[in-house]
Amino acid sequence: MTELPATTQRKLGLVIDLDTCVGCHACVVACKGWNTENYGAPLSDVDAYGADPVGSFLNRVHSYEIAPTGGGCSQTVHFPKSCLHCDTAPCVTVCPTGASYKRSEDGIVLVDESACIGCGLCAWACPYGTRELDQVAGVMKKCTLCVDRIYNENLEEVDRVPACVRTCPAGARHFGDLGDPDSDVSKLVAERGGFDLMPEQGTAPTNKYLPPRPKDRLTAQPVDISSLTPVAEEPKGFLGWLDKALEAL
Amino acid sequence: MHPAPSVIIFTVLSGLGFGMLAFLGIGVLDVQGVAAFMPFAIAFTFAVSGLIASTFHLGNPQRALRAFSQWKTSWLSREAWLSAATLAVMGLYAINVIFRESTIAPLGWLGAALAVATVFSTAMIYAQLKTVPRWNHWLTPVYMLTLSLAGGAILAQQTAAALLLLVCASVAQLLHWIFGDRRFAQQGSNIGSATGLGKLGKVRLFEPPHTGTNYLLKEMVHVVGRKHAQKLRVIAFVSMILLPIAIVATWPGSLAGTVFAAGFFVLGTFASRWLFFAEAEHVVGLYYGKHDR
Amino acid sequence: MASPNPTLDTSPKVSDEVRKTTCYMCACRCGINVHMKDGPDGKKRVAYIEGNRDHPVNKGVLCAKGSAGIMQVNAPSKLKAPLLRTGPRGSGQFKEISWDEALEIATSWLGPLRDNAPEKLAFFTGRDQSQSFTSYWAQNFGTPNYAAHGGFCSVNMATAGIYTMGGAFWEFGQTDWDRTKLFVIFGVAEDHDSNPIKMGIGKLKANGGKVIGVNPIRSGYNAVADEWVGITPGTDGLLILSMIHLLMKAGKIDLNYLSRYTNAPCLVNETPGSPEKGLLLRDGTGKPLVVDRKTGVLEPFDKAGINPDLAGSVDMDGATHRTVFQHMAEHFLSEDYTPEKVSDRCGISADRIRALAAEVARVAFDEAFELDQPWTDFRGERHEKMLGRPVSFHAMRGISAHSNGFQTCRALHVLQILLGTVEVPGGFRFKPPYPKPVEAHPTPHCKSQPKCPLDGPHLGFVRGPQDLALKEDGTPARIDKAFTWENPLSAHGLMHMVISNAHAGDPYKIDTLFLYMANMSWNSSMNTSSVMDMLTDKDENGDYVIPKIIYSDAYSSEMVAFADLVLPDTTYLERHDCISLLDRPICEADAAADAIRWPVIEPDRDVRGFQSVLVDLGVRLGLPGFVNDKGEAIYADYADYIVNHQRRPGIGPLAGFRGDGSKSGRGEVNPDQLNRYIENGGFFVEHVPEEAAFYKPWNTAYQEWAVGLGFYDKPQPYLFQLYVEPLRRMQLAAEGHGDRQPPDHLRQRIIDCMDPLPIWYPALEDREIDEDAYPVHALTQRPMAMYHSWGSQNAWLRQIHGMNPLYVPTKIWEEKGFKDGDWAKVTSVHGEIRVPVAHMAGLNENTVWTWNAIGKRRGAWALEKGAPEATKGFLLNHLINELLPPKGDGLRWSNSDPITGQAAWFDLRVRIEKSRPRKHSKPTTSSQVSPVGEGPTIVQKKVEA
Ligand SMILES: Nc1nc2c(c(=O)[nH]1)N[C@H]1C(S)=C(S)[C@@H](COP(=O)(O)OP(=O)(O)OC[C@H]3O[C@@H](n4cnc5c(=O)[nH]c(N)nc54)[C@H](O)[C@@H]3O)O[C@H]1N2
Ligand SMILES: Nc1nc2c(c(=O)[nH]1)N[C@H]1C(S)=C(S)[C@@H](COP(=O)(O)OP(=O)(O)OC[C@H]3O[C@@H](n4cnc5c(=O)[nH]c(N)nc54)[C@H](O)[C@@H]3O)O[C@H]1N2
Ligand code: SF4
Ligand code: SF4
Ligand code: SF4
Ligand code: SF4
Ligand code: SF4
Ligand SMILES: [Mo]
Repeated sequence: MTELPATTQRKLGLVIDLDTCVGCHACVVACKGWNTENYGAPLSDVDAYGADPVGSFLNRVHSYEIAPTGGGCSQTVHFPKSCLHCDTAPCVTVCPTGASYKRSEDGIVLVDESACIGCGLCAWACPYGTRELDQVAGVMKKCTLCVDRIYNENLEEVDRVPACVRTCPAGARHFGDLGDPDSDVSKLVAERGGFDLMPEQGTAPTNKYLPPRPKDRLTAQPVDISSLTPVAEEPKGFLGWLDKALEAL
Repeated sequence: MHPAPSVIIFTVLSGLGFGMLAFLGIGVLDVQGVAAFMPFAIAFTFAVSGLIASTFHLGNPQRALRAFSQWKTSWLSREAWLSAATLAVMGLYAINVIFRESTIAPLGWLGAALAVATVFSTAMIYAQLKTVPRWNHWLTPVYMLTLSLAGGAILAQQTAAALLLLVCASVAQLLHWIFGDRRFAQQGSNIGSATGLGKLGKVRLFEPPHTGTNYLLKEMVHVVGRKHAQKLRVIAFVSMILLPIAIVATWPGSLAGTVFAAGFFVLGTFASRWLFFAEAEHVVGLYYGKHDR
Repeated sequence: MASPNPTLDTSPKVSDEVRKTTCYMCACRCGINVHMKDGPDGKKRVAYIEGNRDHPVNKGVLCAKGSAGIMQVNAPSKLKAPLLRTGPRGSGQFKEISWDEALEIATSWLGPLRDNAPEKLAFFTGRDQSQSFTSYWAQNFGTPNYAAHGGFCSVNMATAGIYTMGGAFWEFGQTDWDRTKLFVIFGVAEDHDSNPIKMGIGKLKANGGKVIGVNPIRSGYNAVADEWVGITPGTDGLLILSMIHLLMKAGKIDLNYLSRYTNAPCLVNETPGSPEKGLLLRDGTGKPLVVDRKTGVLEPFDKAGINPDLAGSVDMDGATHRTVFQHMAEHFLSEDYTPEKVSDRCGISADRIRALAAEVARVAFDEAFELDQPWTDFRGERHEKMLGRPVSFHAMRGISAHSNGFQTCRALHVLQILLGTVEVPGGFRFKPPYPKPVEAHPTPHCKSQPKCPLDGPHLGFVRGPQDLALKEDGTPARIDKAFTWENPLSAHGLMHMVISNAHAGDPYKIDTLFLYMANMSWNSSMNTSSVMDMLTDKDENGDYVIPKIIYSDAYSSEMVAFADLVLPDTTYLERHDCISLLDRPICEADAAADAIRWPVIEPDRDVRGFQSVLVDLGVRLGLPGFVNDKGEAIYADYADYIVNHQRRPGIGPLAGFRGDGSKSGRGEVNPDQLNRYIENGGFFVEHVPEEAAFYKPWNTAYQEWAVGLGFYDKPQPYLFQLYVEPLRRMQLAAEGHGDRQPPDHLRQRIIDCMDPLPIWYPALEDREIDEDAYPVHALTQRPMAMYHSWGSQNAWLRQIHGMNPLYVPTKIWEEKGFKDGDWAKVTSVHGEIRVPVAHMAGLNENTVWTWNAIGKRRGAWALEKGAPEATKGFLLNHLINELLPPKGDGLRWSNSDPITGQAAWFDLRVRIEKSRPRKHSKPTTSSQVSPVGEGPTIVQKKVEA
C-alpha cells in the first residue's frame, strides 16, 4: 500500500557510529548472506566470475576524506549505508503497484516482491541509493531491517537483531526504536548529536548517524606537556634523581 | 540518469501518440470512415508502441497490471490508468468515427483531455522526483506537454497549432535547459549534506563501496561531457524545433512536408529526451563523488 | 491500528541444523555457526554462516570474509582431483590422476631423497595452522629444510617480543580492552587478530578511551584513531626512541616495575677486552646478579626479599660494572634522540612528538589505578593490589617488515616496559601459553643424516653463535640460510629465500620443493616475475633447475600452474584441523583455549585433507612417528593423529576433554575427544584464575596454573630483557671472540645492528640506492574484506575489491598533475609497473600505496580472462626483490632484516611518473590454463529442498 501510514507505533531503525566504523564491510557481507537465504528471492550476482560483476547488495560501505574546515590533516570516514526507513518515504508513494510499503506497526519500509514489477521508480525516488533492482529476479531489493530476524521466534532473544548489527565487529551499528525517546538508540543519538542524511530531501529518515569525534587534538590545541619537564638537565643529575626516586619507592 | 532506450522511446512515442490523439479527440479531423483510419492508426501506434516500450524497462512485465493499483499516490499508476482510459475512450471514439462514421464530440473531448492528462502524468513521474533536481520543476510537464502537443499538431497537420506549439515548446525546452543547469546547485544537496559530514570540512570520496559497478551506477549515475551535451542540444533544437517550423511554415498541409517535419521532430525529440535523461543528475551520485561542484 | 500490509512470516525457520566449527577465511580463527539446510537431493548444504556467540575469539561477530565463507566453499576454483603436469611449468596444463598414483609418485620422489640426502627435500608451508604437525613430519623425514612462512611475514615482531619479554602481540598477547584508556597502534592495517582488535577498539571507544594511530596511511584503524601520526615509513624506531628519551628524561618511567621485573638492575660486565664484556654478571649457577639496595650486596635476581638496585654498581676485575639501567640512561638520553633531531626524518613535528609522549605519560601515570586483587610474586612477596596503567600498544608488519624492524619492535617493547604497562591491568597482557621466555623455547636443529630423523626441532631461538645452523665447514646448513651470520636470529626461517637460493644452488642444490598453502609464484614472492622465471628456468641439459615441485593447494591459484604434482586439499568446512596449544592456539588473556575444524560437509570432489595426505605419505615412506616397529601405520588419518598423538606423556595436540573427558591440559588420550569438542562448539576453554590474571611472568599463581595445564613442567619466572644478551654474544663473535666466527664481510654489520639495547638505523635498501632517484616509499595494506589471493575467487568479496589503484598523496598528485582515471609508471631499482592511480589526502606526503594481492594472473582462480583483477589489478611485488641491488662484491645480499631475516617488504622505494591511460596494467603475465574451467555467469543461490 503506497499510502504512508500517518504514524507508526514504533520507529525501528539503525544508528551508525561513524566514529567507530573501521570500514571492514562485515555488515555488507553478513547482510548479503542473510538476505540471500531469507526474505524474498536470493540476491543475485551477474557475471560473478567475469569482467564486470554486478550483484545486489542491501548495504554498502563508502569511504570519504574530509579536509577539516579549520585546517589540519585529512580525516577518513568509513560510511555504511542501507535503507534509512524514512518516515516520509518517497520510494513508497511513487510505487505504482503497492509493492513498496511502510509498515504501520514498526515503520519498516519493505518491498512485497510478489507484487513488484521491477519498474525501478522507487529506486529513482530514493535519494540515498539504498534500493537495487535484482538483475535476475527483476524485483526491487532493499534493506528489510531484517524483519525476518528481529521478531523471529526460532532465534534466541539476543539474536533478534539485524544480521549486520549482530556481526559488526566494532560495535558501530545499533538497532532499536527511535520513536521511543527512552530507548538506548535514542539516547545515543541525543548524546552524540546523531544526524540525518540529506535533510533537505524531506524524507525524515529513521536511521541516524553519529558524527566522528573531534580528531587530531594533540596538535590542534596547545597541549600540556608539563609532564615531560626533565628531572635534570645533566646526565649526572639524572642519576641523582634516580637515587632519590629509588629511595622514595 | 541512464538514458535507457526503453524510456526514451516510451516518452517520445507515447508523447507523440497521445498528443496526436488529443488533436483527433477535439475533432480536427475533417474526414470520417476508412479515410480516418490512418490518422487514428498512426496515433494509436505511437501511443501503444511507446507504452509497450516502457514495459521493456520492467523487471517483471508479466505483473504490469498491478501498476493500476496505486492511483491515489503514484503518478506511474495514474499514468497507467490515464493511458488506458485514453486508449479506451479514444478507441471507442475512433470506432465510431471509422466504422459508424459518427463523431461523438463529448467522447472526443473527454479523450483529448485524458490524453493531455496522460502526458501530464508521464511528465509528473519525472517532475515529482526531488532526487533529480533537473526534473523536479514545473517546467518538466510544460516541456513534455508542449512537445507532445506540438508533435501531435504536426502529425494532425494543424499548421497554426503546430507553429504556435513549436514556439511554446522551444521556450519550454530552452528554459528547461537553462533552469535545469542550475537546479542541482539550487536544490542544495551536496556531498556534505549527503554524508552529513559537510559541517566538519570539505568532503571527497576516497573509496567507493565496490570497485566495479552496480545497479545504482548503471541506472542513475550517467555523466555526459559538457561539450558533447552542448552539441547535442544544438542538434536537438534544430531538428526538433527549427526544421519543423521551417517545413510546416513552408509547406503547410502537404503530406511530404508533414512526413519530413514529423521525422525531424521525432529525431530531435529523441535527442532532447536522451539529454533529458543523460543530463539529469540524481543526488545518489553524490555518494559516489559525482555531481559535486 | 493493524497493518493493512501483506502479512509476513516474521519467524521463518532459519535452518535445519547448526554445525559449529572454526572459520578459516583468515588466520584469526573465529568460531562460526554453520547453518545447514536440506538441498534438492536431500543432502545437507551450507546455507548461512554467522559468528558463534560463545566463542572466545569473536564472541559472535564475524568479518566480511567470514560471512562470505559460503562463497569460498562454493567457489568454482576448487581443485577437483590430483594433477600431474603435462605442459611446461607455468602453463597450467595438467591431467587428473588418482590419489594412488599421486601418492606413489610423491613416494617415488621423496623415498630416495630420504635414503640418500634428506636435505634435498625443502618442505615449506604457508599460513597453515598445523605447524606442530608439519614440522613433526619434516623432522621425522630428516630434512633440515623446513619452515613456515613466518620469515617473510612478521618474524621481527615475534622474535623481538620473545627475546624482550617472552611474547609479543596477536598470538602472544592482547590489550586489556576492558580497562585501557589509551591505545597506540603502530603499523597495522588489519592484523591476524582481525575481529578482536575491532571489538577492542569499539569497547575502548564506548568506555571513552582514545586511539593513537601511527601509520603513513589513514584508513581502517587509523581512520577511527583520535590522533593520526602519518609517519615516514621505516622511521618508527626513531620516533619511539625519541619518546623513550623524553619519558626517561622526565622520569616518567616505572622504576618499581623496572627494578622488580626486568633486567634493568642486572649488572653489565665491563671488563675491558674480556670475552664476557657486555654480558651480564652471573653467579655460579648462571643466575644474573643484582645489587640489593637494602644491603648493597650482590645477590641472584630471584632471591626472596631483595630490592634490586637500578643505580647499583660493583667493582670487580678492574672495572666498574654498572646496571643495565645506567647503560640505558646513557643510551636513551643521548642527544641523537631529541625530538628536534628525529623530526625531519620521521616527518613528524617535534611538538607533536612531545605531545604524544606527554599524553602517554599522562595516562600511564596520572590515570593509574588499582585492582583489589592480591597476588604473590616469584620472590615470595605478597602484594595486596594490582597496579594498573591504562596505556596499551599494538603493532604489526608496519614496523616489522623493514630491515630495521627487529630493533624497532624491540624499541616498542622497551617503551612499554619502561612505562610498566606490560602484564598489568589496562596494559598489554599475554595469552597463555605465553609468556614464555627464550629459555623455554628450543634452539634450532639442523643435523640431518640419511634415513634418520633430524636431531631436533628445526626452528628455535639461538642464544649465541653456538646455536647457529652452520655445517662443520661454516657454510649454511639450511637452504634458506636461516640461523646464519647473515640473520642469526631467524626464528621462523626465510621462506622468501628458498626458491631464490635453490635456483642459485646457494648454499646447495635441492631436488624437490614441497610447498603447502603458499602462493609462492605470485603474491607471496618478493619479486613475482623473477620467481616465475626461476621456477621455469632450465639447466644446460634442458632440465628444470629446481627439479621437482610438489604443491598442495585447495584452489586453482597461480602457484598450482608451476607445480609438477598437485595434491588438492579440502576446504575448511570439509576437513579436520587442530588449532593447538602446541602451535598457534586461540587463547585469550583470560583463558587458555584451543579449537578444531571438522567436516561439516563432505567434499564433492576427489580431494583429501592435506594433513591426512601427509600421514599417508609418512606411512608410505616409513617415517618414524608414523609407523611402528613393524612398519604399520600408527595413525589412520589426521583426525586419528589429533586424538592419539602425545608429545609428552599426557600432552597431545588438543588440551581439552582429555582422559575421561574431565581433564584439561594433561591427561590420557580420550577416543571421544573430537566429539566432545563438537558438542562444545568446536573449541575448549580453560579460564585463568583471577589471582593469576596479571603479572604472569612473575605471578606464582599463574606459574602453577601453567604447569598444571602442561605449558611447562616447572614454574619458570623470568625477567624482561631490556638488554638482550644473545645479541651481545653475536657482537662479541664479530669482535673476534669465540671459535665460531662470522665471515669478515659481515663483522661490521653485526656489530652495528645487533646492539643489545634498541637502536635505529636506516633501512638497508636506503643505503644502497640513490634516494633522490627513488624518493617515494611504496607500501601495501591488507584490505579488511580480502585475504591475500584467496578472496578473488569469492563472488561477493571480489565485487568489493576487484582491482586496486595506487593511492597517491596530495603533494605528488598535484606535482605530477594527476587526474581521476590517470595511470602512472612506477619504477624501483628492480623493475617497473604501469598502474591506475587514485588520490588520497590522508597519506604521508612521500608515500604511495595499494591494496595487497588483488592483482591476479589471467586464467587463475577460475576467473574469466578479462577479470579486472587481471587487467587493472596489479602486484607491487614486481618492484620488490628478495635480494638487495648487487653491490659489485659478487655476493647475494638478502633484502631482509640482518638480525632475523624478516623480509623487508616495506623498505621499497620508487619513482612515479604520469603515463598514458591503459587498458591493462603492466607487466602483463601470460595466462595460465585453468584446470577447473571458468565460473558460472550467474550466481543466485538459495538452499531449498
Ligand atoms: N583481511 C585480511 N586480514 C589479514 C590478512 C589479509 O590478507 N587480509 N593477512 C594476514 C597476515 S598473513 C598478516 S601477516 C597480517 C598482517 O597484518 P598487518 O600488519 O596489519 O599488515 P599490512 O596490511 O601489511 O599492514 C601494514 C600496515 O603498516 C603500515 N606501514 C607500512 N610501513 C610502515 C612504517 O614504516 N611505519 C608504520 N607505523 N606503519 C607502516 C601500512 O600502512 C599498513 O597499514 O594480517 C593478517 N590478516
Ligand atoms: N607486496 C606485498 N606482498 C606480500 C605481503 C605484503 O604485505 N606486501 N605480505 C606477505 C605476507 S605477510 C604473507 S603471509 C604472504 C601471504 O601470501 P600467501 O601465503 O601466498 O597467501 P595466499 O594468497 O593466502 O596463498 C595461499 C595459498 O593457499 C591456498 N589455500 C587456501 N586455502 C587453502 C586450504 O585450505 N588448503 C590448501 N592446501 N591451500 C589453501 C590458496 O589457494 C593460495 O594459493 O604474502 C606476502 N606478500
Ligand atoms: S532510504 Fe530510500 S528506500 Fe529507504 S525509505 Fe528512505 S527513500 Fe525509501
Ligand atoms: S520497482 Fe517494484 S517496488 Fe519499486 S516502484 Fe516499481 S513496483 Fe514498486
Ligand atoms: S538490517 Fe538486515 S537487511 Fe538491513 S542492512 Fe542490516 S542486514 Fe541488511
Ligand atoms: S561491520 Fe561495522 S565497522 Fe565494519 S563496515 Fe560495517 S559498520 Fe563499519
Ligand atoms: S577474522 Fe574473519 S575470516 Fe578471519 S577467522 Fe575471523 S571471521 Fe574468519
Ligand atoms: Mo603474513
